[in-house]
Amino acid sequence: MERKDLTCIGCPMGCTVTVEFEGEEVLEVSGNTCAIGDQYARNEVFHPERTITSTVTVDGGDKPRCSVKTAGNIPKDKIYECMKLIDATRVKAPVKIGDVVIKNVLGTGVDVVATKNVS
Amino acid sequence: MTSYDIVIVGGGPAGLAAAVSARKAGIDKILILERDKELGGILNQCIHNGFGLHTFKEELTGPEYASRYIDQVLEEKIEYRLNTMVMDISNDRVVTAMSKEEGMYQIKAGAVILAMGCRERPRGALNIPGYRPAGIFSAGTAQRLVNMEGYMPGREVVILGSGDIGLIMARRMTLEGAKVKVVAELLPYSGGLKRNIVQCLDDYGIPLKLSHTVVDIEGKEHITAVTIAQVDSNNLPIPGTEERYTCDTLLLSCGLIPENELSNKAGVEMNPITSGPRVDDSLETNIPGVFACGNVLHVHDLVDYVSEEAALAGANAAKYVKNGGKEEKGSHIVEVKATDGARYTVPSTIDVDNMEDLLTVRFRVGYVFKDAFVSVYFDDERVQHLKKRILAPGEMEQVILQKAKLLEAKDLKTITIKIEAE
Repeated sequence: MERKDLTCIGCPMGCTVTVEFEGEEVLEVSGNTCAIGDQYARNEVFHPERTITSTVTVDGGDKPRCSVKTAGNIPKDKIYECMKLIDATRVKAPVKIGDVVIKNVLGTGVDVVATKNVS
Repeated sequence: MTSYDIVIVGGGPAGLAAAVSARKAGIDKILILERDKELGGILNQCIHNGFGLHTFKEELTGPEYASRYIDQVLEEKIEYRLNTMVMDISNDRVVTAMSKEEGMYQIKAGAVILAMGCRERPRGALNIPGYRPAGIFSAGTAQRLVNMEGYMPGREVVILGSGDIGLIMARRMTLEGAKVKVVAELLPYSGGLKRNIVQCLDDYGIPLKLSHTVVDIEGKEHITAVTIAQVDSNNLPIPGTEERYTCDTLLLSCGLIPENELSNKAGVEMNPITSGPRVDDSLETNIPGVFACGNVLHVHDLVDYVSEEAALAGANAAKYVKNGGKEEKGSHIVEVKATDGARYTVPSTIDVDNMEDLLTVRFRVGYVFKDAFVSVYFDDERVQHLKKRILAPGEMEQVILQKAKLLEAKDLKTITIKIEAE
């Protein structure tokens, strides 16, 4: 059996969560104070995921950049590839919060969406 | 002179939440004065996620969180003026403002809400030796350049200070292709949230060197290298521990200071620990009808708490205005103090007769405590005793006081918050 101590990033509390696992099977999660911590720890040991936030260039808008995010988590090892796609993306004003900027980024099933209104 | 019921200085998270709350309390003539070209304040450059878990039960980015309040301000048709700098607030609440279009003008305010936020401690306040070349930025300036204007300050980065903005920028610069070589922190612990150490530094293999500071900066026109060294318990560099890093950028994330020039000029009494106004439980300063909330009052780490605090300031300013500007203070005023590891409290005093049924007292600790207790004393009697696994200076704490309990303690003079080992 293996043990791993993780710091949960689910909220600002930053609980120290301990995961006990055997091979690819999680045996126990302890130290978390809510369900987010449990879910985070189970993902984090084998398939760590993150939300990515960045900006894209806006053409013809009242601001030069529009901030964006992945609408959900994507695998951690796809972060740099995802950033390359985001950096290469240009959008046309107007942009509304929630507008899809890149659909199904890298086949993850997660869209990159705008997080700012640009008129 | 035009007049408004409530004038709010600052259109960031505090100003927006205060305005919405005052409107909901039935105040008609509200004006927000904002010096930037858009509402939202610092949230506009905080494009990362993690905002709003308390308020909206979901993780939002800064601009999304701001838009939730901006939308309400627009729906409520609350007046605001952009590109407008407040120059002065008199102690009888005449606000002097200036803009390119209207020049200098004055507004008479029934109540004023101070919501100017804070700014970063600059290099000049840090006593870093070495040359003064280009390429040294506060972390927040770099954040604005990268996230709003679309410029990269540099490609090889050293960061001094491990406040949250510094940590967030370490990740942001890395994602945009820069090499962040090291984050040096003078103190033996980080001032940032733990989650940010994990997801901004550990995720990208960026080393955090605690008890380290910058002892030299090289480069005449533009920065070319910095030297960091370990410090002893008196924060003095230890000879022989120097490490030199070539770089083209140095970011400073060394603390935030409430921006209170206007408050000082108006004669607002300040708390030397927070560098913000001293307020009572209604968030009113010593000047009648002048309220304060958000980072101008004390630096917060979570915007959710700023919104909550600002909503209270808005509601209390509304009450003051509706009462015709007459103070309604009770006779039982209790002092709130922080000792034994607790550094300060907001508020500093409580008007027992007029307080909310449940009052949140926010405070910070001075050092890191493990498995310690947050205790509340009514004079000499301990009335609350809460165990905490960890208490850190970077994370604001709070206790909740019940009005009923304060009413019961008729002779209560002082409430003290202490950190105790057992």
